[in-house]
Amino acid sequence: MAGTLHFSPDDRCNAFITTCKEAPFSDGTLAGVAVAVKDNISTAGIQTTCGSRILKGYVPPYDAHVVGLLRQAGAAIVGKTNMDEFGMGSTTETSAFGPTRNPADPSRVPGGSSGGSAAAIAAGLVPMALGTDTGGSIRCPAAFCGIVGLKPTYGRVSRYGLIAYANSLEQIGPMARTVEDVSRLMSVIAKYDPRDSTMLDRPYDHRPSADIAGLRVGVPEEYFGEGVDPRVAETVQNAIGVLEGLGASTVPVSIPGMRYALAAYYVICTSEASSNLARFDGVRYGPAVDTRKSWHEAYQDLRQELFGPEVRRRIMLGTFALSAGYAGRYYAKAQVARRNISQDFERALREVDIIAGPTMPTVAFRLGEKTDPLSMYLSDILTVPANLAGIPAISVPCGRVDSLPVGLQLMGRQFEDERVVDVAYAYEQEVKA
Amino acid sequence: MITESDIERIAELADIGISKDEVPEFTTQFNAILDYFEVLDAVEGESAPVVGITNVFREDEPRPCLTQEAAIGNAGSIENGFIKAPRVM
Repeated sequence: MAGTLHFSPDDRCNAFITTCKEAPFSDGTLAGVAVAVKDNISTAGIQTTCGSRILKGYVPPYDAHVVGLLRQAGAAIVGKTNMDEFGMGSTTETSAFGPTRNPADPSRVPGGSSGGSAAAIAAGLVPMALGTDTGGSIRCPAAFCGIVGLKPTYGRVSRYGLIAYANSLEQIGPMARTVEDVSRLMSVIAKYDPRDSTMLDRPYDHRPSADIAGLRVGVPEEYFGEGVDPRVAETVQNAIGVLEGLGASTVPVSIPGMRYALAAYYVICTSEASSNLARFDGVRYGPAVDTRKSWHEAYQDLRQELFGPEVRRRIMLGTFALSAGYAGRYYAKAQVARRNISQDFERALREVDIIAGPTMPTVAFRLGEKTDPLSMYLSDILTVPANLAGIPAISVPCGRVDSLPVGLQLMGRQFEDERVVDVAYAYEQEVKA
Repeated sequence: MITESDIERIAELADIGISKDEVPEFTTQFNAILDYFEVLDAVEGESAPVVGITNVFREDEPRPCLTQEAAIGNAGSIENGFIKAPRVM
């Protein structure tokens, strides 16, 4: 049943940067399903900007691996969603195309950086979307908008055609209104691709099961401590209580390396970004550089004009963290901290099957509330550990505080994405009933 | 402590243009962030060899690739089928 999907959404939240009014689709497991794609994932023939003026007008000549898989599965790619510029932000306010608003409350941010994908789903414009998660960019907007989002195990989904920000941390992942749809979309995108050499041949082909009797749920004290809104903590504790009601038991666990997680994360991601974003020079793509100027002058002028302040700040931070005399103090220490955190999770996940906590320490911020970069970084404290450890993590809606959605975060062992999906599904089915 | 001249130097290294007006704000923000990064000074343990990871190699065989037209299709300045860049000297 191949055909064309006509798509003209009422996008009052500014969820999309580009929409495809006539979206072709083919036969397959997602035949005719409208799927939105975050604007840092390459789509042949469809503008891909990363939310940045430096890529305005860029039309990729090839598809990302996941986009090819979506097309093969019959999905109709209906548009490219808004995002923090190059994924650098937790609110979608750093986009060069204006902020996205949260459908749950338009005076609030949708979270970020995959805020457009989350808002498009929450507003009912599409049933599912792709996001990317470097330090929480799928889970944060999923929590803030009241939808489901999965950051897969590092190496489970191909990054070929994802415009890189921090390669060692980021993964493409599925977002949807229900756990079942997240699992369906994951089944489509998690297929081996030799073009991503960090990928393992561990395809995901799973139907969620709600049977979690006997499951051991680890509850880390660090996820309920200082900085976490007590009402959010209580909502998540109640959700963990629901899991106990389904036959799971809870076990206190500890991730002592958490106190270094945020600093390690920001050192590593900015270092990788400073290298990755060197390619944006207006020569091969994006608005043209002035070729009459000298090399450095031309690039400096172009990058000052077309990168937003947060991107320039992170490139400069990374350049500094890798520079002679400082790399040992920052980059090398961050790598040790990262390994320690991985080991903390490995140790904890020998005692328990899954780790549960809040996705975000608060509910969605007001638009314009986070003006200071450090205070924005601090809001990522509960999501970055899963990226540092490379483990799967899902956010599933678990109630409201001040009528704003709260997310329950479930983290599992590497390559046990199926289990985090099952636990989220069990919770969702129980509270739905 | 990072000074305003350090910020100008880092911007130069990163090929990121920065205006005079922005330097004080970037300096303040950098110092706040680097103060926070000081927590890493307390990280214990030596960098250990990475385990459980292997190299992925393939034969260096020619494969289909983009046409020249597609490869330069997004470039802002082209001349005779080539991409033009600013002068180096």
